[in-house]
This record gives sequence, structure tokens and C-alpha cells, in this order.
Amino acid sequence: MISVVFDERCTACNECVAVCPGDVFDARAGQSPVIARPDDCHTCFMCELYCRTDALYVAPQTDERSVSHDQAAELSGDFRRESGWDEWGDDPRLRNQHWRLEDVFRRARGV
Amino acid sequence: MSGAEILSARADVLVLGGGLAGCWAALRAAVLGASVIVAEKGYCGTSGVAATAGPGHWWVPPEKGLRENAVSRRLAAAQGLGDPVWMMRIIERTYETLPSISSHYRYEPDDNGVIRWHALRGPEYLRALRQKVVAAGVRILDHAPAAGLLKDSAGIVTGAHGVLRQGTASEWRVRAGAVVLATGGCAFGSALLGAANNTGDGHLMAAEAGAGMSGMEFSSVFTVAPARTTMTRTMIYSFAHYYDSDGYRIVPPAGPHDNAFLAGALARGPVLCDLSAVPEDIQRQLPQISPNVVVTFRRMGIDPFRQRFPVTLTGEGTIRGVGGIRVTGPDSGCGVPGLFVAGDVASREQVTGPVSGGGAVNSAWALGSGCIAAESAVAFAGINRVLPEPAESRLAERADRAHVAREADLAGLREVIASEMLSPEKQYFRTAGNLLKTEVRLAECHRTLATLRSETTRRGQQKFRELESMLAVARWCTASALARENSLGMHRRTDTSSEEFTPFHITSCGLDMVRTRRVPVEARA
Ligand SMILES: Cc1cc2nc3c(=O)[nH]c(=O)nc-3n(C[C@H](O)[C@H](O)[C@H](O)COP(=O)(O)OP(=O)(O)OC[C@H]3O[C@@H](n4cnc5c(N)ncnc54)[C@H](O)[C@@H]3O)c2cc1C
Ligand code: SF4
Ligand code: SF4
Repeated sequence: MISVVFDERCTACNECVAVCPGDVFDARAGQSPVIARPDDCHTCFMCELYCRTDALYVAPQTDERSVSHDQAAELSGDFRRESGWDEWGDDPRLRNQHWRLEDVFRRARGV
Repeated sequence: MSGAEILSARADVLVLGGGLAGCWAALRAAVLGASVIVAEKGYCGTSGVAATAGPGHWWVPPEKGLRENAVSRRLAAAQGLGDPVWMMRIIERTYETLPSISSHYRYEPDDNGVIRWHALRGPEYLRALRQKVVAAGVRILDHAPAAGLLKDSAGIVTGAHGVLRQGTASEWRVRAGAVVLATGGCAFGSALLGAANNTGDGHLMAAEAGAGMSGMEFSSVFTVAPARTTMTRTMIYSFAHYYDSDGYRIVPPAGPHDNAFLAGALARGPVLCDLSAVPEDIQRQLPQISPNVVVTFRRMGIDPFRQRFPVTLTGEGTIRGVGGIRVTGPDSGCGVPGLFVAGDVASREQVTGPVSGGGAVNSAWALGSGCIAAESAVAFAGINRVLPEPAESRLAERADRAHVAREADLAGLREVIASEMLSPEKQYFRTAGNLLKTEVRLAECHRTLATLRSETTRRGQQKFRELESMLAVARWCTASALARENSLGMHRRTDTSSEEFTPFHITSCGLDMVRTRRVPVEARA
């Protein structure tokens, strides 16, 4: 469940307000968005991908918002990085290897 | 919400749902010269079950006999319910169309330098689709859940209306020459990744307009996920071993099987998953194959390859099930003039039979049926046709209903639906007795809901409509499961023995009174 908006990292671009498929955030003039409807969160992590300053943290538990602020601050951004988005796009180690998926299934079946 | 500000617009083609099927439909219609509007409940590009996953498409090159072989294998799996013509059409469409995504999707070559055109990671795929849709001149209404279809006095669908969750206007109303319905399957509010918006709204809208359902008994798929999470990605579990809390291995049955063997164990207590058999190279590659899987484990403090962790079974409803709106012809129509269906909202029996099409066929169906529905919609609409006035155009106010539904009322009803439709035991091991109990409970919910009207807030209206939709879908699924008395594919009846039969579909319809019918599969040459 969406847990934290780090005000100090947020540029108030409101991208997360737009892209969140659950319409969880409310924009505020000149400020970071508020998590207005946490119970509507889908725990889909998509907002994090679109936040270029890693100012959001989604806890993987669907029923829990409480999270250590330090852990959130340390981990947020890992999804965007490992997905190779934005400034990570040219890092060869982070290249999209999704095409391996069918090979993994085949190996699991022993073929 | 009388007096509320309404966003009004018109288009040749209106697409409801901006997921995989809706995006491909919008693109196809725009390429054919139509003016197109997409209305999406969430955000076109992040919403829907493909955006968070990584769909591999059914991909068969046009080489000697390959397609014929692929179709005949799938036909065998479809156990009499498949249609080779539809199968071939979606294979052809996918092969012709999918590579065009490379204008906005960055394909990475595999270890041999080969591009695998059919395998796309969800977030990047849907982002690319949105960019293509925008570049094609399509207008997107985000945060615009559709609530109902508009019809003219002759019963022809002439648009739709719904709620706007953001912005000053609080409702939208689009008049269109034809509508493509692509609102996805229905997962009954389960934690299935990406499925929260897929509550069966399109099924209900279509039913109200006169369409019927088919194959709703094929709605009993459950997927393993780490407990309390949404992470229903399946790949890594192909190496899984499962244990009970005493450390005894829960052994899967020999041969092909689904997750039913875990259902009983979960009912008795926690089930722990062991992924230590995942080869080391795959462990290392996983963050770049499925980043969201790794992120989930890391944030829970679990090292999945060295630590056992508790798992759950998450219900998929019709999503990686099969049933949906009955497709009545090669144009992807559904028997309602001006309305065409695409993707998971439609029944996929013709391309998958009674077994799940997840893994390849469903995406090819979403793309293929999206393109075909769009072409039919453009042909039906004619470009810039003068549209007759719709007969009705606002959400029914239901002012006659006694009580306003509070969130607590709705939550209670949602819980009943979940306890019936998302119970692995009830859905994996169906009996007439249990199904009848489910039917009675859901009918009670329907009667309760019929005394309620929604709050007049935007969100109140959306949530009310979602509940009505999930309930209708749940009732069609249950009635259809009762009507098919023998096991077939994912539909497992434990109270009857399997027997030879002449293939038939179970169709379902009706809201106050749910009805089912056996429809024999037309004999094919
Ligand atoms: C975890 C997972 C993995 C999968 N992997 C594969 C795979 O590898 N291969 C494969 O072939 N298939 C796969 N599938 C299936 C595939 O993703 C679906 O078949 C495909 O996404 C269907 O497309 P769709 O557009 O019909 O539905 P979706 O992609 O779910 O889109 C439906 C859209 O409609 C919107 N909507 C809902 N209600 C309304 C409303 N009232 N008004 C407006 N909009 C609305 C939703 O917000 C959503 O954006 C997978 C599914 C899951 C869940
Ligand atoms: S996307 Fe990130 S930076 Fe932009 S408003 Fe949201 S939290 Fe702030
Ligand atoms: S996890 Fe998904 S639903 Fe939740 S806030 Fe982020 S984008 Fe919205």
C-alpha cells in the first residue's frame, strides 16, 4: 500500500496524481500531493516508476501502511532503477531481460 | 447529480477501457481515419492487468505448417469449444501488428541477438501503447469510469456516460457512432496484480443493453503470491516447492496440474514456499526480467531463494479464467447493434476452450479482437455519421430507492462476494450443494442492493456501480457452474463423474432473474 510521499524529494510535478490507476492522491497547489485515499491503493507500484525523483514508497503489503521511514527512504527508487527507466536507461546492466521469461519456464519444465 | 458539470464530446468510435485491448482497438480505429475517444477508469498506460505484468503473445510465424500445427494443438486443448478460424485470425493479427510497437517500445535482443517480438514487459508496453495512441490523435479521458451505454430509440448503442474522478466536471457523456467495450475481466476485488479496476463494469453495461455471457463457469483460476501481497507473477513459482508449517512437503499430483493441491493445505494452515531450486543465473537476472517481483521480496525483508516464506492463493475470476460477453459473430459483435467487444471482457472460449489462455493466447486475443472490433466499429459508425439523440443519458438516479448506500453497506456486500468467489476451496471443488448455497447468498446480496441507491459523490457512484457489476458477474458465474453438471477444463465438479458429451456452451443472462442455457457448439467442417 502506498505509504510515503517524501516532501523533501518531491517536485510537485503531480505526475503521480495523473498516473495512479486508483486515484489515490490529491494535488495541492505548490506542494507535494497528499495520499488522500490510501484504502483505494492497488499496490501496483506504478506511481514509483513515474516519479523521477523517487519521492514515493509503496509497501508490498496490501493491508499495511506503517513502514519505517528510514527503510522507505533507503529502498525507494529501486523499482525505477531496476526497470531501467529515465536516467538508468543507458546502463547496460539494467537492460530489460523480460524476453527470458519463456526460457525460464522451459527450464523449469526440464526442456 | 443533477446540476453537475458534464463534459460532453463526440467521436466516430468510443473505446471503453484503455488497457491492452482498448489501446490496440483505439489505434486501429484511428489508423482507419475515425475520430476516437478512449475512456479509462484509471490511467491509460498504468491500468489493467497487462500494465503490471509482462504479456507474451501467441506468436507463430507463417512458415510451412507451423500455424496449422499450433491451431490443432490448441483445438485439442479446447475440448470441442474452440474455433480454428478465430484462432488463425488472432495469430495472423498479432504477427502483422505487434512489431509496430517498436516505434515506442525498446526491444532488447536476446543472447543470440534475436528480437523476440512477442515478449513485452508490461509497464513499458502500456506506456508505449499510450504514446502511440496519443500520436495517432486519439483523445484519452483518464480517470473516467464508464457507468452505462447510451442507446437511441431503436436500441442502437450511440455512446456512453460515466463519472470523472478528477477535474471540475464530475460526469462525462460521449456520443459515438459505435462503441468498443474493452473493460477487462472481473476479479471480484481480489488482490490480483493490476486487477483492482477490473470489476465487471463492462459486463453489466453490455447485459443492460441486451448482450449475454458465455463460459462464465470457467472462472476458477488461483495464482500463488507471497501472503498479503499483490505479486501474482507466476514465472518464479515454476521452480517452487511447498511445505506446511510442520515442514512436510505438500506434493503436487503427477502430470499437468493447477494450484488446487494447495487449496486444501491452505485451509488447514500456512503454506510455505521454497524457491531454492531456482538456478543461480536466473536469480541474478530476475531484477531485469520481473523487477516488481524482486522489489516485493526485498521490501518484505525476504531472501526468497534462501528463506521459506508464506504464500496465498489469489483468485483471478474471469481474468485468467475464460468467460465473458458472448461473441456472436466474426465482427466481434455481441448481438447489440453498435457494440463490439474486445479482450478479457469477452468470452475467450473460441480461442482457449475451457482452459486458461494466460501465457500467450489471451494477449493475442486482446490485440486481435481489439483490431477486429475497431474495424467493425468504424464500418458500423461510418465516418462523421449524424447521431440520433440518445434516449437516456445520465446515471439512473434511483431516487425511488429507500436508502443511500454507506461505505459500510458496500463493504459488507463486497465481503460476501469475495468469500464465495475468491475461496479456492469453493471454486476449485464445486458441488451442486455448495453452488446452490452461493447462489442463495448472492441473490440475497442482489435483493439488498436493490433497495439501495448510491451516494451522489463521484466516488460513491463509481463504487456502487462496481459492486453492482461484480455481483452480476458472480451470479452468472455461479449459475453457469451449476448448469454445467460435469467437469470440463478448469471447471471442476467433484459431485459428478466426467462423461463423454457433445460440446456445448453455457450462456447466461439476466439481472433480477439469472437464466442459463446450453448452446450446442455449431458443427464445424
Ligand atoms: C499477472 C498476469 C500475467 C499475465 N500474463 C500473460 C501472458 O504472459 N500472456 C498472455 O497472453 N496473457 C497474459 N495475461 C493476460 C493478459 O494480460 C490479458 O488477457 C490482457 O491484459 C487483457 O487485456 P484487456 O484490455 O482486455 O484487459 P486489461 O488489460 O485488464 O484492461 C482493462 C482496462 O479497462 C479499464 N476499465 C475497467 N472498468 C472500466 C470502466 N467502467 N470504464 C472505463 N475503463 C474501465 C481498466 O481500468 C483497465 O485499464 C496475464 C494476466 C495477469 C493478471
Ligand atoms: S511524481 Fe513524485 S515528484 Fe511528482 S508530485 Fe508525485 S511524488 Fe512528487
Ligand atoms: S501503488 Fe498503484 S494504486 Fe497505489 S498509489 Fe501507487 S500507483 Fe496508485
